[in-house]
Amino acid sequence: MVYSYYPGCTLKAKAKKLDRYARECAHILEIELEEIENWQCCGGVYPGMADELATRLSPVRALREAGEKKQDLVTVCSACHHVLKRVNEDMKTSGEIRQKINAYLEPENGYEGETKVIHYLELLRDRIGFDRIKEKVKHPLNGKKIAPYYGCLLLRPFQVMNFDDPENPSIMEEFLLAIGAQPVHYALKNECCGGYVTVEDEKFASEKSSSIMEAAMDQGAKGMITACPLCKYNLENGGLKEDIPVYYFTELLAEALGVKEQEEGT
Amino acid sequence: MREEILRISGVNPSKCMKCGKCTATCPAFEKMEYHPHQFVDMVKNNQISPLLESESLYCCMTCLACEERCPRGVKPQKLIEAVQVIKLRASGANRLKPQDVAERLDPSLPQQALMAAFRKYSR
Amino acid sequence: MQKIGVFVCWCGSNIAATVDVSQVAAAAKEEPGVVFASDYAYMCSEAGQLMIQNAIREKGLTGIVICSCSPRMHEATFRKAAQAAGLNPYMVEIANIREQCSWIHKNKEEGTKKAILLAKAAIAKVHLNEPLTAGETPVTKRALVIGGGIAGIQTALDIADAGFEVDIVEKSPTIGGKMAQLDKTFPTLDCSACILTPKMVDAAAHEKIRLFTYSEVEKVKGFVGNFTVDIRKKARSILEEKCTGCGVCTTKCPSRKTGNEFNEGLDNRTAIYIPFAQAIPNIPTIDREACIHFKTGKCGLCQKTCGVGAIDFDQQDEIITRNYGAIVAATGFQTISLERFDEFQYSKSPDVITSLELERLMNAAGPTKGELVKPSNREHPKDMVFIQCVGSRGESCREKSYCSKICCMYTAKHAMMIRDKYPDINVHVFYIDVRTPGKNFDEFYRRAVEDYGVDYRKGMVGKVMEQKDGRLLVQASDLLNGQQLLLQTDMVVLATAIEPDKSARNLATMLTASMDTNDFFTEAHPKLRPVESPTAGVFLSGTCQGPKDIPETVAQAGAAAAKVIGLLCRDKLLNNPQVAQAKERLCSGCSNCSKVCPYGAIDYEEREVLDHGVRETRRLAMVNEAVCQGCGACTVACPSGAMDLKGFTVKQIMAEVDAICR
Repeated sequence: MVYSYYPGCTLKAKAKKLDRYARECAHILEIELEEIENWQCCGGVYPGMADELATRLSPVRALREAGEKKQDLVTVCSACHHVLKRVNEDMKTSGEIRQKINAYLEPENGYEGETKVIHYLELLRDRIGFDRIKEKVKHPLNGKKIAPYYGCLLLRPFQVMNFDDPENPSIMEEFLLAIGAQPVHYALKNECCGGYVTVEDEKFASEKSSSIMEAAMDQGAKGMITACPLCKYNLENGGLKEDIPVYYFTELLAEALGVKEQEEGT
Repeated sequence: MREEILRISGVNPSKCMKCGKCTATCPAFEKMEYHPHQFVDMVKNNQISPLLESESLYCCMTCLACEERCPRGVKPQKLIEAVQVIKLRASGANRLKPQDVAERLDPSLPQQALMAAFRKYSR
Repeated sequence: MQKIGVFVCWCGSNIAATVDVSQVAAAAKEEPGVVFASDYAYMCSEAGQLMIQNAIREKGLTGIVICSCSPRMHEATFRKAAQAAGLNPYMVEIANIREQCSWIHKNKEEGTKKAILLAKAAIAKVHLNEPLTAGETPVTKRALVIGGGIAGIQTALDIADAGFEVDIVEKSPTIGGKMAQLDKTFPTLDCSACILTPKMVDAAAHEKIRLFTYSEVEKVKGFVGNFTVDIRKKARSILEEKCTGCGVCTTKCPSRKTGNEFNEGLDNRTAIYIPFAQAIPNIPTIDREACIHFKTGKCGLCQKTCGVGAIDFDQQDEIITRNYGAIVAATGFQTISLERFDEFQYSKSPDVITSLELERLMNAAGPTKGELVKPSNREHPKDMVFIQCVGSRGESCREKSYCSKICCMYTAKHAMMIRDKYPDINVHVFYIDVRTPGKNFDEFYRRAVEDYGVDYRKGMVGKVMEQKDGRLLVQASDLLNGQQLLLQTDMVVLATAIEPDKSARNLATMLTASMDTNDFFTEAHPKLRPVESPTAGVFLSGTCQGPKDIPETVAQAGAAAAKVIGLLCRDKLLNNPQVAQAKERLCSGCSNCSKVCPYGAIDYEEREVLDHGVRETRRLAMVNEAVCQGCGACTVACPSGAMDLKGFTVKQIMAEVDAICR
């Protein structure tokens, strides 16, 4: 099965691991990811105001390119996924936005939100199936206690993202079980890491992320996973005296599938 | 200005039943002078100038917990963003300037953070 | 040619403010056949009716048109008035110039124009009206009550005390319903079981009441006065006539892992079980899903221990068919699923419970014998947080739009009971509004605050988090102080929204009774007919109609019983003469009409007909006039135009359309 693939800026620079292992694992799982040719930055945040059009253009370009190829569009980064999925929803449901954006781009070749945007985790769950992944695991994580960290952008707003139960998500837990790890439950898994506020007020953001990591550690977690480079950055900069490693979920997948050297102690 | 805020945000503050769940759930509460439920009430009552002057505009982390948990579907985050956008558009004053960021640049800071911060704090 | 009178009502200013009533009367007078037209402030009043009757007598009217409110409101009134003046009641037509005209128009000119058109259409119809005479059907003098909670029990007792037979069908193994699970009741704090169980005993002992427990209604046929109902009596696997209710079997059963429904799953029960000590009937039931014998063919311990040989593993479900004159829905409520409310950690933390679970935890007959402990470790709690409106008053897909009505009061009750019994426990209540309309209700709530020191905070809880030490951290807003609070607490109690029992939807379909979007049964009129369903012969009792507390439920149960008694008192019922009729010359016997008939009112018979001098035997549609409800579905389904509805014939409707388009 061939999918369009939208990596996003951060995956090309500071979050190369997230990208590289996503691709390598896809290969092992017999999934072809075709990078969108002319993708541009998603914008990092979803432009919530109805009259913001320019900021919606680049997501629409990527969406349309996947649409023209009749492929579903796979994303990995939580932020890109959030922005692409919500802009796509706007194109589907808001006549005004759709009309204006199409008029600006290529009126004769209108885009109406046909492309399906799926997150890599959804690809694993719904298209490949965690059972099949379990079969492909070479180096299971031997019950290592890992805390799944969802953050905000994958889950909310549920009405549009429709990703998982926004208050009690389970997709990362199922993923962790499939690769042989033991998921840890803690109530803060869907609370905010501080996000971009770290640029303005680093201290405040680290208070947020450190309380999340502490809650995970309280429940015995020895590591955390995330799909978002900014979440990872904030969690790692929480400033706790003792902390635990934060992985991209694709890293642990790669480890389990044997495409990445196992880290010490895992 | 009130009408402009309501138009671009698509929020109807009259839907609010003043339960305070948005404020109960807001992770930026302690940083804020005006809290999510106050944004809803103040915009509704056309008390927008104090909001425009407040640092509270820049505390929201867009985590959308207020929107998700609001029983009435009010979307306080959108109102906060709307007031912020109105202010940036009107003043033309960017809160975050490229030259300010350089010195604070942490080599491991993901691009995504800068991108998002510039979108949120500048025009 | 008919001699028609037209009467235009002002409805005070309801119509007259938007419609020029005298102009309507004047326009009507110009129509062919109209010999009298007038307007009056309140046509439905005694003076108005008298005016109509005088006109009928003096002008020798053969048909009348009343331009007024909806026929749903006063058609019966005007028909009765006409009949008293010697006119056939079906020679009366209503032009609805209120709901369909004055109430929806603002511009008087437009409103008047439309009112005139509606009047003309009604006049055109009356020209083609024919006098109709209603037939009669006998009434079966027995009622069926569906649901054996306090609503059903009270309705049944009241009907039975009036001397009529009543059957109660209850789907669970015992009657008693939700009230049996409650500890105390507001605002008097009297013991729920002490006031309910005697009523349960009365119902069981009443010579006119027959209980069908562990039974469900499977099929309903017929119509008001003459329902035929199939009841499925599920196999208990117990021979009821032999069982003495000694309960030895339940103590021996080795299958002990099934959540105890009566205790809201806070403890387990055996596979053969009696729900609670005061259950009626006091007879066990084997839960076949849980029973080892039914799963493996082995065990059979209960059978071996039963001294009277009452265990019957081969028992089958039984269908019992009974006739009834009236049916009462009393299917009650359930609490909503909290699956989608995990910001409160309900599914993750055993110390986050619903209010109904708290009832069991505080009940002397409950899983802890009434000792309030944390479910997680059975320790005594020091701090408790109550969250109001969980799932009520919201508009997202996980919430109900309505106020569940009972939560404010039962939370005040819980808080008071806890503070009374355990003064060392701090109790916090987070509320949006405290709603206490009702006799002695607000006083009750104020007692909780003033005398019992319950800490009420205006604001909602945003998130509940488990802590390392096993306690819970509650993040909430205190709107009056403008604070976000972080409270360490031991237990969180959720005032969970209530919704109609899930069996109600299916039942409504069988009864052709209408429901609202929340699956509450709809009443025939929200103010004037609150205990009747719009479907004749079907009545509503208790929370199946809307959220209610116990006194309201009991009051409504009595009201429903009074309506049922009023119906069963009558020996015969008048049928609606506006029913379908097949023209035998046109009917081809194709069965289309009977396929679409929702009431099963159409049968076929072979009959000899004379058609253009030819005598032949044909298969013809026959309408059972007692069963037909006059919905008209058959008339549109009939390909040959043989089906017509008396009082609403195709000709009459076309005449109305013509009058409007003229």
